[in-house]
Amino acid sequence: MNVLEILFYALSVFALASAIMVLISKNPIHSVLWLILVFFAISGHYILLNAQFLAIVNIIVYAGAIMVLFLFVIMLINVKKDKEPQKQLFVKFIGVIAGGSLLTLLIALVKQTDSILGEKVLLKEGTIGLIHPLGKALFSDYVIPFEISSVLFLSAMVGAVLIGKK
Amino acid sequence: MSIQYYIYFCLALFSIGVVGVLTRRNAIIVFMCIELMLNAVNLLLVAFSKMYYAMGIKGGVVSNAGIDAQIFVFFIMVVAAAEVSIGLAIIVMMYRNTHSIDINFLNRLKN
Repeated sequence: MNVLEILFYALSVFALASAIMVLISKNPIHSVLWLILVFFAISGHYILLNAQFLAIVNIIVYAGAIMVLFLFVIMLINVKKDKEPQKQLFVKFIGVIAGGSLLTLLIALVKQTDSILGEKVLLKEGTIGLIHPLGKALFSDYVIPFEISSVLFLSAMVGAVLIGKK
Repeated sequence: MSIQYYIYFCLALFSIGVVGVLTRRNAIIVFMCIELMLNAVNLLLVAFSKMYYAMGIKGGVVSNAGIDAQIFVFFIMVVAAAEVSIGLAIIVMMYRNTHSIDINFLNRLKN
C-alpha cells in the first residue's frame, strides 16, 4: 500500500464522516461547517487526481462562495434550533432504509460491469487537469456553452432580484 | 488506484445525500444535501476522466482523452452556483411568508 492509496483512504473516510455529521448535527450552522470540510476533502481528491484547476475552483466556488451564501441565509433568518421540527422516527427510519437500499443496489450493479472494473485511475500524473489544456478546450471547443452559461448567470441574477424584491 | 473504489466512495457520498433529503425537514439542510450529491457526481466524473486518460495513454493515443469530463464538471459548478442563488432566494421568500423553513409547508404550492 503506497502513500497515494493511504491518502485516498484517509480523504475518503474524512469526507464520509463529515458528510454523516452534516446529517446528524442539530444546528444548521454546524451542518454548514461540516459541509465545508466535505468540500475540502473532495478538493483533496481532485489534487490527488492532479485536477488542479478543478480543485481550486471547487474551493473558491463551493467553500468560498456557496457556503458563505448558506451561512448568510441561516444567520439572516435566524431559526431557533429548538423550533426546528423533526420528522417522525418512523419516517427517518424509512429514509435510512431507502438510502441504504439505493446504495446496495448501485454497488451490486457496479459489481456486474466487468468492462471497467480494475481499470486504473491515473493518480498524481497527467496534464489534462492543468489550466493550460483546460483553458484551450474551454475557449475553442466549448466556447458556445461558455457564452450560454453567462446568459444563464444573467437570468439567475434577474430571478434572484425579482424573487427577493417582493 | 482502481476505478471501482472511486465508484464506491462516490456512491456512498451520493446515498448519504439521498438519506439527508429524505430524513430532514429543514429546507436549508435539504438544499445542502443536494449540493453534496452534486459534488459526489463531480468527483466521479473527474475519476472517470483520469481513467480514460490512462486508457488513452496505454492505447498509444495522444493524450487529450478525458478532458471533456473536466469541462463538464466546470459547467456543473457554474449551474450549481446559479441554482444556489435562486434556491436561497426562494427559501428566504418562503421564510418571509410562513415564518418557518419547514419543507412540509411546501406540500401545497398555493398560499
